[in-house]
Amino acid sequence: MNIQSCVEVRNEWDIVKARQEGRNIAKELGFGSVDQARITTAISELARNIYLYAGKGRIEISNLDSSGKIGLRIIASDDGPGIKDIRKVMEDGFTTSGGLGAGLPGVKRLMDEFSIDSKENEGTEIITTKWLR
Amino acid sequence: MDDREIQLRRYKSILSKYLDDQSEQTLYKGQQFSRKMIEQKISPEEAVSLHVSAMESLYPDMPQEFKNSYAFLLEMMIGYGFAYREHQSLRSRQQQLETEIEIAANMQQTLLMGEMPTVESLDIGAVSKPAKKMNGDYYHFVQDENDCVSVAIADVIGKGIPAALCMSMIKYAMDSAPEQRMQPSAMLGNLNRVVEQNVDPNMFITMFYGLYDSFNHRFYYSGAGHEPGFFYNAENDDFGELYTKGLVLGVSKKPNYREYSKDLQKGDMIVLLSDGVTECRSSKGFIERDEIVAMIRSNLHLSAQEIVNTVYRELEKMQEFELRDDFTLLILRRKV
Repeated sequence: MNIQSCVEVRNEWDIVKARQEGRNIAKELGFGSVDQARITTAISELARNIYLYAGKGRIEISNLDSSGKIGLRIIASDDGPGIKDIRKVMEDGFTTSGGLGAGLPGVKRLMDEFSIDSKENEGTEIITTKWLR
Repeated sequence: MDDREIQLRRYKSILSKYLDDQSEQTLYKGQQFSRKMIEQKISPEEAVSLHVSAMESLYPDMPQEFKNSYAFLLEMMIGYGFAYREHQSLRSRQQQLETEIEIAANMQQTLLMGEMPTVESLDIGAVSKPAKKMNGDYYHFVQDENDCVSVAIADVIGKGIPAALCMSMIKYAMDSAPEQRMQPSAMLGNLNRVVEQNVDPNMFITMFYGLYDSFNHRFYYSGAGHEPGFFYNAENDDFGELYTKGLVLGVSKKPNYREYSKDLQKGDMIVLLSDGVTECRSSKGFIERDEIVAMIRSNLHLSAQEIVNTVYRELEKMQEFELRDDFTLLILRRKV
């Protein structure tokens, strides 16, 4: 695994930057246009969460090559307030950012693998992967 | 060839046919194809992508602006895909919940509904139907070795699962106080204590509790704010109200439940009901208690069970088969 890109997220411009990086890498790895759009949307959601709830954090995007399987991994991390009740934010219908179906459960469905780790007052780390089919 | 290629080939052929003939028939084919796509859980962005791929292969020289516009449309559809997938997941969760409620409702049935007493001197009929899946009404008969029959009918103010849970507690409390079974007022006093101590202050339970003594054909009863029942005097052929005075269960710490009694002659009847019976609404407004009396009166020749079934069916029909509240109707008639 090699980190191909790391974007510090502080404002909305950084969200766009993270999206752009993600799309470029996805394209490079050979993802089709639908998956490119999905990966970009996932990055967008994760970066927006950082911007809205933690203030600042980072989005790392890397490519994976595991026994011939090609994948793209996104790591979104911040040192923000953390999530008190992870089960609740992973529930459908619980969304603070407005949009229908958006939020973390939406991101999880767009990607193939998803893990979240969060401690109150310490921060949150989300790792999610999409494999090339 | 994988699924996507098969879909693409099929979509492309319908699309190119439509571009040729613009006929309603081809549109109809498209509609059928879209139904199949939904069945296969193709998300909106995948559908758009299918269209884009078909167009690209039909028009390889498509202007760049069009290609760009498709990329833009695809991005727009991702949001719809989000909503679509959430809908799917919520739907499967709803199905799961419904199954759970179904199981709970069955459990409630086995838990609450005891056997009907078989006493030589009494003809008994009972019907109880929930408005939703779970019943907030409750009735219970107990027959002892002396052929005394106790009857309880209760209604939780409120419907559905909370009401049903509350009923289960009442049933348990009644079972654990067998010594009060012969004393309606003491039974209500005891249940009042249970409800007062254990139930949310916003939840109230009305109840009527009676005991029929087969030896002297006397009916002892007490009520806790419950819808009054009827007493039918066969000799005079008239219906009177089975009035009781007493507070709803769970309101006061020390309520006073008065006990009443009534002697039954052959053919006399006791009719107990929940407010789901009197609050039935037909197109002409609320159904009056008089109308229920009239329905019972015109079916007096039937057995008690047939009477309650007939009244239920008639009220169900008057309400266009839509129960608004749980419905319970009991009849006890002295046979010999």
